[in-house]
Amino acid sequence: MAVLLIAEHNNKDLKAFTLNAATAASQMDEDVHAIIIGHNSGDASKKLSELPVIKKVISIDAPHYENFTAENFAPVITKVAENYSHIVCSANTFGKNLMPRIAAHLDSSQVSDIIKVISNDTFLRPIYAGNAFATVKTNDSKKCITIRPTSFDPCESSGGSAPIENAEAGEEFTNTKFIKREEVKSDRPELGTARIVVSGGRGMQSGDNFKLITEVADKLGAAIGASRAAVDAGYISNDHQVGQTGKVVVPDLYIAIGISGAIQHLAGMKESKIIVAINKDGEAPIFSVADYGLEADLFEAIPQFMEELNKLNTIQK
Amino acid sequence: MKILVAVKRVIDYNVQIRIKEDGSGVVTDNVKMSTNPPDDNAIEEAVKIKEAGKATEVVAVTIGEEKAQETVRKALAVGADRGIHVKVDNSLEPLAVSKILEKIVDKEKPDLVFMGKQAIDDDCNQTGQMLSALLNWPQATFASKIEVKEKSLEVTREIDEGLETIEINVPAIVTCDLRLNEPRYASLPNIMKAKKKPIEEISAADLGVDTAPRVEQIKVEEPPKRKAGIKVANVAELVQKLKNEAKVI
Ligand SMILES: Cc1cc2nc3c(=O)[nH]c(=O)nc-3n(C[C@@H](O)[C@H](O)[C@H](O)COP(=O)(O)OP(=O)(O)OC[C@H]3O[C@@H](n4cnc5c(N)ncnc54)[C@H](O)[C@@H]3O)c2cc1C
Ligand SMILES: Cc1cc2nc3c(=O)[nH]c(=O)nc-3n(C[C@H](O)[C@H](O)[C@H](O)COP(=O)(O)OP(=O)(O)OC[C@H]3O[C@@H](n4cnc5c(N)ncnc54)[C@H](O)[C@@H]3O)c2cc1C
Repeated sequence: MAVLLIAEHNNKDLKAFTLNAATAASQMDEDVHAIIIGHNSGDASKKLSELPVIKKVISIDAPHYENFTAENFAPVITKVAENYSHIVCSANTFGKNLMPRIAAHLDSSQVSDIIKVISNDTFLRPIYAGNAFATVKTNDSKKCITIRPTSFDPCESSGGSAPIENAEAGEEFTNTKFIKREEVKSDRPELGTARIVVSGGRGMQSGDNFKLITEVADKLGAAIGASRAAVDAGYISNDHQVGQTGKVVVPDLYIAIGISGAIQHLAGMKESKIIVAINKDGEAPIFSVADYGLEADLFEAIPQFMEELNKLNTIQK
Repeated sequence: MKILVAVKRVIDYNVQIRIKEDGSGVVTDNVKMSTNPPDDNAIEEAVKIKEAGKATEVVAVTIGEEKAQETVRKALAVGADRGIHVKVDNSLEPLAVSKILEKIVDKEKPDLVFMGKQAIDDDCNQTGQMLSALLNWPQATFASKIEVKEKSLEVTREIDEGLETIEINVPAIVTCDLRLNEPRYASLPNIMKAKKKPIEEISAADLGVDTAPRVEQIKVEEPPKRKAGIKVANVAELVQKLKNEAKVI
């Protein structure tokens, strides 16, 4: 039986991580179909059909799907899942919210947040904030799997032309009502997919000082990250949090400034290719994962860092 | 309103875990255990709602071995009225936990079930959503703000893009984020008082739930270690290394 990939989108475009999830799905079985549920989401369906790894697109469109409510999505996906062996999506807040609901309907024990497909029933997943890796094998006939998007490369986004099949909508779940979504819009790269991330912690001392982080990020064309302590203190909004209970990032370069390196923070960034730490405490645990550590006061180091960057003729973007 | 709160006993978040030599799991003997952190937020929120006169009773439930009872005691010490301990000998997958909780919901008939958004040991992030699917109740996951209304809750959820607000009719499930509130500490008199509060013990076997594992843990191993890095002397050296050695800028 084929693999069913749940596409994440905003009714217009595919969300970037759908491409990573498609790669993971294609490692479980070559026959990958994708389901897309939304309202007036024809454009997104079309883009989905262009992913070469997708053999068929199932599109379901109705007004009550506009806001991606899990209570509306789970029953229709469960029905479509009858014909599939695996149901796959990203382990971001969309997939985390949705997949367990489907798994419970299918009486399947979900495997969350896998980082590697070992075979079509055996997977590698981090546990204890990434301090241990567990190899798990599921014996359920329907396998519900969420994948850690940063552990899989995005698939090709063009060249395919899978047929799009429309399927019938389900009933509306009326006990949950969407009210609003407050998205923080910015021109900077998205944290989850950025090549460079510059993160600030409690050491920044205030939201105002966080502007120093912003300057460096803009200079490098980087996304902005933060520790939980910085978010809790109100220096920056929650969507920037990196860590066990925030986002997992794997950029080419991660710069941690005024962050001590608690295991919950490391869980979200220690797979980064190159890690830089700037901290005035030479004993801070962040130095144990840093490729380049600079023991210095950040209020002196950041302006110098900007100066040095300005001296460079070119900066890779 | 009656609120049921699910609390789980896990290895304390400050403990540096160790992996068993035979790769069968992590060492839990003689390791400090405590309540899963967001479950403290779940209890705190329930108690606050009761203190505001909007809930009549807060019941804490845990599913676990003998010692999991400490987790319920702690919940009682910060304001839960009574406890339930469902005894199991081995650790369960979220699907089994949610099936047991479904039975407890049938019995207790709460209007709300509060839980943590994820357990910090297995990081599954499933149990609340599974329970609400089994009950066909609305779910508000990753809650960072809750406003109690007449027969509904308005909940602000933390999502990847920012914040989302939804309204859910009771009965409903809420899974709590750490930012929901600041859990209180138990005072000594309240710890003493909690010793007298009732905890009902139920054997999982009596609930008639199939808890057989579906997922085999084949092995647990150390993640690959990063190779040791270096300390640079100054900012100029840092930038030079990033440019010429790591070639990332
Ligand atoms: C293959 C496999 C092997 C495992 N091996 C081990 C092992 O060797 N040792 C070990 O200690 N564990 C082991 N577990 C842990 C397992 O039993 C977890 O308790 C279970 O998977 C729940 O996952 P979670 O806590 O991450 O759930 P989540 O869905 O992340 O939990 C969310 C919330 O659900 C509630 N909740 C969850 N569990 C309970 C509970 N028991 N009682 C009350 N409320 C609860 C809490 O409110 C919690 O905040 C294993 C799990 C799996 C899948
Ligand atoms: C269940 C749970 C989940 C969690 N999830 C997350 C998560 O997802 N992400 C996360 O980040 N945290 C998480 N945490 C919190 C985590 O344990 C730490 O508390 C947090 O990461 C600390 O943030 P910090 O490093 O910014 O602050 P601190 O630990 O206070 O460190 C501040 C650092 O700044 C340095 N500093 C101060 N001033 C200067 C200066 N002038 N110049 C240079 N350096 C300076 C200090 O030396 C220090 O090392 C979680 C905790 C729990 C219990």
